[in-house]
Amino acid sequence: MFYIYCPHCEEHREEEEFHASGEAHIPRPLDPESCSDEEWGEYMFFRTNPRGIHHELWVHAVGCRKFFNMTRDTQSYLILETYKIGEKPSITSAAAKLQAQTKVQEGV
Amino acid sequence: MAQQNRLIEGGRIARDSVINFSYNGKTYPGFVGDTLASAMLANGIDVVGRSFKYSRPRGIVAAGAEEPNAIMQLGATEATQVPNVRATQQELFAGLVCQATNGWPNVEFDMMSSLGSVGASVMPPGFYYKTFMYPKSMWNTYEKFIRKAAGLGRSPLEADPDRYDHYNQHADVVIVGAGPAGLSAALEAGRSGARVIIADEQAEFGGALLHSKQSVNGMPAMAWVASVVAELAALDNVMMLPKSTVNGYHDHNFLTIHQRCTDHIADRAEANVSRQRMHRVRTKWVVLASGAHERPLVYGNNDVPGCMLADAVSTYINRYAVVPGKQLVLMTTNDGGYQAAFDWHQAGREVVAILDTRSYQGTETSAVIDRARELGIKVLTGSAVVEVQGSKRVSAVSIASLNSQGDQLTGPVSQLSCDTVASSGGWSPAIHLSCHTGSRPVWSDQVIGFIPGDTVQKQLIAGAIGGTFDLQSCLAQGTKAGAQAASNAGFDTNLDVAAATAESVAETTPMALFHIPHPKETSRAPKQFVDLQNDVTAAGIELATREGFESIEHVKRYTALGFGTDQGKLGNINGMAIAAKSMQKTIPQTGTTIFRPNYTPVTFGAIAGRNCGELFDPKRFSAMHQWHLDNGALFEDVGNWKRPWYFPQPGESMQQSLERECLAVRDSAGVLDASTLGKIDIQGPDAREFLGRVYTNAWAKLAVGKCRYGLMCGEDGMVFDDGVTACLADNHFVMTTTTGGAARVLEWLEIYQQTEWPELEVYFNTVTDHWSTITVTGPNARKILDEVVDDIDLSNDSFKYMDWKAATVMGVPARIFRISFTGELSYEINVQANYGMRIWEAVMEKGAAFNLTPYGTETMHILRAEKGFIIAGQDTDGSVHPYDLGMGWAVSQKKPFSFIGKRGMAREDCVKEDRKQLVGLMTAEPKKVIPEGSQAVDDPKQAIPMTMLGHVTSSYYSACLGHSIAMAYIRNGHKRMGETVYSPQADGSAIEATICSPIFLDPKGERQNV
Repeated sequence: MFYIYCPHCEEHREEEEFHASGEAHIPRPLDPESCSDEEWGEYMFFRTNPRGIHHELWVHAVGCRKFFNMTRDTQSYLILETYKIGEKPSITSAAAKLQAQTKVQEGV
Repeated sequence: MAQQNRLIEGGRIARDSVINFSYNGKTYPGFVGDTLASAMLANGIDVVGRSFKYSRPRGIVAAGAEEPNAIMQLGATEATQVPNVRATQQELFAGLVCQATNGWPNVEFDMMSSLGSVGASVMPPGFYYKTFMYPKSMWNTYEKFIRKAAGLGRSPLEADPDRYDHYNQHADVVIVGAGPAGLSAALEAGRSGARVIIADEQAEFGGALLHSKQSVNGMPAMAWVASVVAELAALDNVMMLPKSTVNGYHDHNFLTIHQRCTDHIADRAEANVSRQRMHRVRTKWVVLASGAHERPLVYGNNDVPGCMLADAVSTYINRYAVVPGKQLVLMTTNDGGYQAAFDWHQAGREVVAILDTRSYQGTETSAVIDRARELGIKVLTGSAVVEVQGSKRVSAVSIASLNSQGDQLTGPVSQLSCDTVASSGGWSPAIHLSCHTGSRPVWSDQVIGFIPGDTVQKQLIAGAIGGTFDLQSCLAQGTKAGAQAASNAGFDTNLDVAAATAESVAETTPMALFHIPHPKETSRAPKQFVDLQNDVTAAGIELATREGFESIEHVKRYTALGFGTDQGKLGNINGMAIAAKSMQKTIPQTGTTIFRPNYTPVTFGAIAGRNCGELFDPKRFSAMHQWHLDNGALFEDVGNWKRPWYFPQPGESMQQSLERECLAVRDSAGVLDASTLGKIDIQGPDAREFLGRVYTNAWAKLAVGKCRYGLMCGEDGMVFDDGVTACLADNHFVMTTTTGGAARVLEWLEIYQQTEWPELEVYFNTVTDHWSTITVTGPNARKILDEVVDDIDLSNDSFKYMDWKAATVMGVPARIFRISFTGELSYEINVQANYGMRIWEAVMEKGAAFNLTPYGTETMHILRAEKGFIIAGQDTDGSVHPYDLGMGWAVSQKKPFSFIGKRGMAREDCVKEDRKQLVGLMTAEPKKVIPEGSQAVDDPKQAIPMTMLGHVTSSYYSACLGHSIAMAYIRNGHKRMGETVYSPQADGSAIEATICSPIFLDPKGERQNV
């Protein structure tokens, strides 16, 4: 069970308080009418499902009810960072992941 | 008194407390301090079960969690049955009742064994897969017999009377195992002030020291343990959990600890005492000091009762004062194994010989050999037991000399008489927990075992789990790990603190040997068991590799290696070694299977905790619930809500109740508790714009005081919820949702506002529980409202259909919505929830003159179906868009913003001609009701599989109309009005029906507008 830092509440809480809401950073096309069926299908259904760094959308469902983003390693299940909607992830490469992982392990 | 194997002194047992227990219906004595296994051995019980596949007699092998054979069915009463209890881990209590899990009709005479011995040659690995696959339809029959034969224990037929608890704990350092390393770690971490939890599966702390003759700090080891336990007990920040198994190590340092509080006292706990607890622990750091399991050697007939682990023999002698036999032959690959022979000798029984598999050059010797010879024990080096004689007990062994690699016999076979064979193939670190979080273990040639590999967890290891078997090093590693863990968790500790001291002993290098060769090739030799619980043999594993199973995970599944309740604690490493050798690979190349939680079986009681019975799932009740109970309502679960289903009167059938309730609404008036409908309060300057984006229809011009029905779609254009939203003020709306969909809709609104359109200033809050909703509906609804409403004009001119008004009802402020889900004149009175009962009762009282009839969800479903109103989730299934529903009128294609669902419902597949569309069905026989879910076809006589047109979603008998009605999806249905379809039934009949509009009653909607 995950131990998740809510960037709005600014504290760690148990996973039971949260819901995962799929992959993060998939913006709704600004002009849906100009999308082809294929493009719209991509937006609706297709996700990256990577091995390693994954940016996810979570909601503190029985807490502050706010959505936020999480960078999580899908292999080790380590949560490398959480950040608010509208912010960019700071961990996007293997090198950054390694650094973050060390930090997490050291308990910083 | 029996107990013929009990020594007259020694052991950690209370000799003045004799207690009786029953095994297979016979009573035996034992002592407080015994385990069930030690008491059985004391009484000379050799056979404790029959094997899984071959039904061979089996005896106790081990003294701990790794025991594969002594698996008992415990329980004095039906309600307290516990299956698959390891006798080696069950403390003895007075009145304990147990039975061998397998063996039919009993373990001494087993019908299956004749099948086993005859069938042995025809039961290769994969036997079950190969044999019971066909015919498929017979599997259910086979399975019953396989299970019975397999001895998996049985669950109780009565409810468990005991109570179980869950504890949530937070700790700085959790220490797993209270042996020398774990206790040393706890001491250092505890002294630092860190919150420490130390858990151990045994009844007493001490681990291997409980049966050790070594000294620590110059005193007997258990005296040192007692001093440490006393110091820990005095520390408020340390929680000690004996009888507690850390069964799971989950992500982010979350551990589950299964504590058995009363299992050692009686068959069931005293009233109001919890039998077991599940501690759910989140900790900053973990120290794994879980020790190691001794590995048996694999040789011919090594499953005959009397074949044991060397260290288990020592445990029974030293800890329980039980010598499990008279004449011992010991076979070992390492110095540690000798201890069993020394203990046996000291107990005054005969050690026939020690067979050391290692070859020594010339006059080369070692400390343990010298000691054995001093004691007069015969030591044969470079030799091994190749085969055991005996059936229900060892009677002799065949031995032979062995080359230095251990893969060939070098001399003739000779015989030794004995009744016990102890073997030690070295120690396998108990790495299970470290693997639970996905860390792959690594093979160490030096340890001759797998040790924990790299991990992302905040975890340290100490002692035998890391392959350190020497006591002094275990104490030192534990001390260091405890200090380090506390320091890592932010506490001041001295990282260089001195550990307790023990004597270091020089050891001769152990030999990496797993499988003793036999004069015959493995496939023709007597069975050499690798996994005793699942009857997996060396020959079986070799066969699996020959049949092409190369991955150890496949070998495991094909042979069932490690599949039992013991999860292969004894056999896995031997099995992997044999598989590796057979494939001419090394063990690290072959790798290991993955350990998963739980480490040992956990009762369902402990998993469920208090989440059972009344507390299994929360229940939600409206403010009028008591009235419904008092008036005989039957209830339906909708989400967590308990909603009145219908209100039967004495002597009525369900159908009669429904007809009476429906007719009352259509003829005069009915009342429904609609409090459970989801209600979301929406405020903000952009609320109106927001509604326009999440609903399919237009909201820009909805005036204050008006209500509007809306459909909510996903981005795919498919309907997922519907409801009425009222405009309270220009920037204030209240949205209703389906009862079951409320939480989902709120999250849906939030996710779009927070992630897609944060620029829109709009706020949402659930107000479902804030309001009680009383729906009064029927031609006389206005007359009833007149009686209870204090202050507003209810006439059709001033209070129109789809209006809402603030009003005072019996002195209580209310919102009244003139909306209708029945097609009749309807008012929904909303009052603050705690006034709900009072207003409901007032409405009932005033309505009595108009035969105001309470009705439930089933009647509501019929009434709305007569009007063709959909229920999202019943008449929609995520694959229908508004046009399929014939509700294109609720879609505004002109809105400037591309609302959610607009693009989706314009996809190629969504606009094609022959989609399934919602229509009505009228049966040819008016009384015949088509079962919901039935399929529709054009020709009921066509060959199966038939071409299906669609299916029925809602179907009822309508008392008002005098015939049955149904709503159904029919391919291209909107263009097939008046055509006939058939609904084939399971009994071979087909119900004939005509396609019609789903609006069966009052198609112009005049009744609700009066």
